[in-house]
Amino acid sequence: MTEPILELHGLNKSFGPVHVLHDVDFAVRAGEVTALVGDNGAGKSTLVKCIAGIYTSDSGDVRFQGEEVHIRGPKDAAALGIEVVYQDLALADNLDIVQNMFLGRERGSGWLLDEASMERAARETLASLSVRTVKSVRTPVASLSGGQRQTVAIAKSVLWDSKVVLLDEPTAALGVAQTRQVLDLVRRLAEQGLGVVLISHNMADVFEVSDRISVLYLGRVAAEVQTKEVTHGQVVELITAGRSGELGLARPDSAVL
Amino acid sequence: MTQTPTASSDRAITDFGIDTTTLSTAEAVRDYLARVRAGQLGSLPALLGLIALVIMFSALSDVFLSLNNVANLLAQGAGQTMIAMGIVFVLLVGEIDLSAGTASGAAGAVLAMHFVHDGNLLGGMGSTVFIVFNLVLALAVVLALLLRIWPGAALAGVAIVISVSGMTANPWLEMLLALCVGAAMGCITGFLVARIGMPSFVVTLALFLTWQGVILQFIGEGGTLGISSSPVLNKVANGNLSTLGSWALFAVGAGGFGALMLGQHFSRLRRGLVTQPTPLVLFKVGGVAALGAVATMLLTINRSPNPSIVISGVPYVVPIVLALLTLGTYVLNRTSYGRHIYAVGGNREAARRAGINVTKIRASVFIVSSSVAALGAIVYSSKVGSVDAQAGGLNTLLFAVGAAVIGGTSLFGGRGRVFDAVIGGTVLAVVANGLGLLRQPAAVVAIVTGLVLLLAAMVDALSRRRAATAGR
Ligand SMILES: Nc1ncnc2c1ncn2[C@@H]1O[C@H](COP(=O)(O)OP(=O)(O)O)[C@@H](O)[C@H]1O
Ligand SMILES: [Mg+2]
Repeated sequence: MTEPILELHGLNKSFGPVHVLHDVDFAVRAGEVTALVGDNGAGKSTLVKCIAGIYTSDSGDVRFQGEEVHIRGPKDAAALGIEVVYQDLALADNLDIVQNMFLGRERGSGWLLDEASMERAARETLASLSVRTVKSVRTPVASLSGGQRQTVAIAKSVLWDSKVVLLDEPTAALGVAQTRQVLDLVRRLAEQGLGVVLISHNMADVFEVSDRISVLYLGRVAAEVQTKEVTHGQVVELITAGRSGELGLARPDSAVL
Repeated sequence: MTQTPTASSDRAITDFGIDTTTLSTAEAVRDYLARVRAGQLGSLPALLGLIALVIMFSALSDVFLSLNNVANLLAQGAGQTMIAMGIVFVLLVGEIDLSAGTASGAAGAVLAMHFVHDGNLLGGMGSTVFIVFNLVLALAVVLALLLRIWPGAALAGVAIVISVSGMTANPWLEMLLALCVGAAMGCITGFLVARIGMPSFVVTLALFLTWQGVILQFIGEGGTLGISSSPVLNKVANGNLSTLGSWALFAVGAGGFGALMLGQHFSRLRRGLVTQPTPLVLFKVGGVAALGAVATMLLTINRSPNPSIVISGVPYVVPIVLALLTLGTYVLNRTSYGRHIYAVGGNREAARRAGINVTKIRASVFIVSSSVAALGAIVYSSKVGSVDAQAGGLNTLLFAVGAAVIGGTSLFGGRGRVFDAVIGGTVLAVVANGLGLLRQPAAVVAIVTGLVLLLAAMVDALSRRRAATAGR
């Protein structure tokens, strides 16, 4: 059992009166795929955005490689090597693939961008992911299909020397073949030593690629288990009821209150 | 042209099967047509419209294509076209600047007052107004500092220095003052929109009225401040380059454009990057050079209607507009600032997540817009030789916004170029000039200009709808 590369303790997040995350503990280990599952509205995307610095959490601490860190914005997360592939993709339609992949971190000086270097790096990254469907890296993102956009978003996250990659439902909008590619890619990232977090509703996918599963139930962590030690049925029960036999929240009914 | 093999050392790249770097000319043309069908029209409608208008007016009026009229048309449209070039920056982030016209007028009024009162703004304004004027400039400095936009703060600060020091009239100093006052006004707009979070429509509508009041205060109802007695200020829009200077401009302009385009093209080709087909690039460079040569040749012929004097040479406004066009295009295409402007206009949330300081970008475009508008004011004030209380009024603004939109800049943000403003500005200048030659009353000119703008906005909306449904 390796030490977690990223570790959250007692994280709370409210949007006004809505308390979305309750004392969440969550860990990501290098070289492993941690699946984050939960029903719609359980708070998975919110948790990811807190880690990425999009939202600031109300309380709780974050440790990265054993050190306490404060992530105050997207730049802080990126500087640590935390990359996120958002559910709502976050690509600028009017920019091309290269421009999107380097957005906010352009190469060259501010007064003269190094387009050549960016274009070459973007192409190499796409090639390393065996992307063969994009006609040109200078294609505007507006004219790409959903799967192609997803690939660009993932390629963007691995372009950087990242240590933790969080993928929020990366396969939700994809066809069979493209889902296959993305799952292979997820596994490959973990094999390269990255800490990977995969959010997915598809149990088959989760059981195929993950080493560990964290279940969120109404904003609380219902269970953190080794994938090998649980069954589909147990995980589904944890997602829908917050407990399953010995696993899960002690008294799920009172937890709701 | 065939496909260029990419860097042979890198196996990964050769694996990247479908990715093409160089298209044949036929493929490029097909791609372009596909883009047009998908609704990405750019400035194509404006260019076609411009050609149609030129043909129509030259058929209806013998004077329209005369050299004198063409040179006159360029000078007439230049000021407002420049304002439009600044507004493109605001439109790109999906905002609007309705105050650009009167902001330019106010900057022009300060310029004229400094000139007329030989640098004594205190005497020109009266002590109360002078103090308020400098306090507002100081406020602009503070707001720019809060936004951490240092150039804005510096320019507004320079305006205070010039105003308080009372240096005697000097045309170059006055132009600098106008630019700095413009920047200061933009700092205020930018802060209200980006930091306070007020809709740009409301902020700039309010400031439109405010600056109009400021112009009235500075100039007085029915008053004018003449600036034509300054040779430099007069020549900005009324002077011409010498024949030698005209050809030097052609050499620098066409040569620079060609060197830049070809240098970049072959360097990208050599490194295996995405390029346009070589024949297309050569055609573009050749076309610009040929057009430039013909225009320079015609404009260096004597075009004076009066046989006793000689008027020839390329008007100064041409290099002025070209310089601004080059600068604006460079900033938008080659700097990270420009890239971030497009990103904020395309997807503000994505820009924020990419760590871009969206507030700063949104504020800064208003500073660009007002500063460039002030430069426009220098040109249009020079053209008429004075600044009056109507300077930069409603028509100036509508013309400028219209020029940007007609040229193909989207009102929805994220799409547009500085070049669009030049094309759109030329279209509107041709309409105004042509209808004037045909002795059409102001009513017809206004109606036609309005309809042209409506048409352009419709093309924008329709092409956006096409783009939204195509491709996905
Ligand atoms: N920006 C926000 N403002 C207010 N409530 C929000 C916001 N974002 C998410 N929520 C609420 O937080 C809860 C969790 O949302 P989310 O994290 O998107 O869930 P999941 O990704 O697990 O489906 C939902 O009830 C949602 O309505
Ligand atoms: Mg979600």
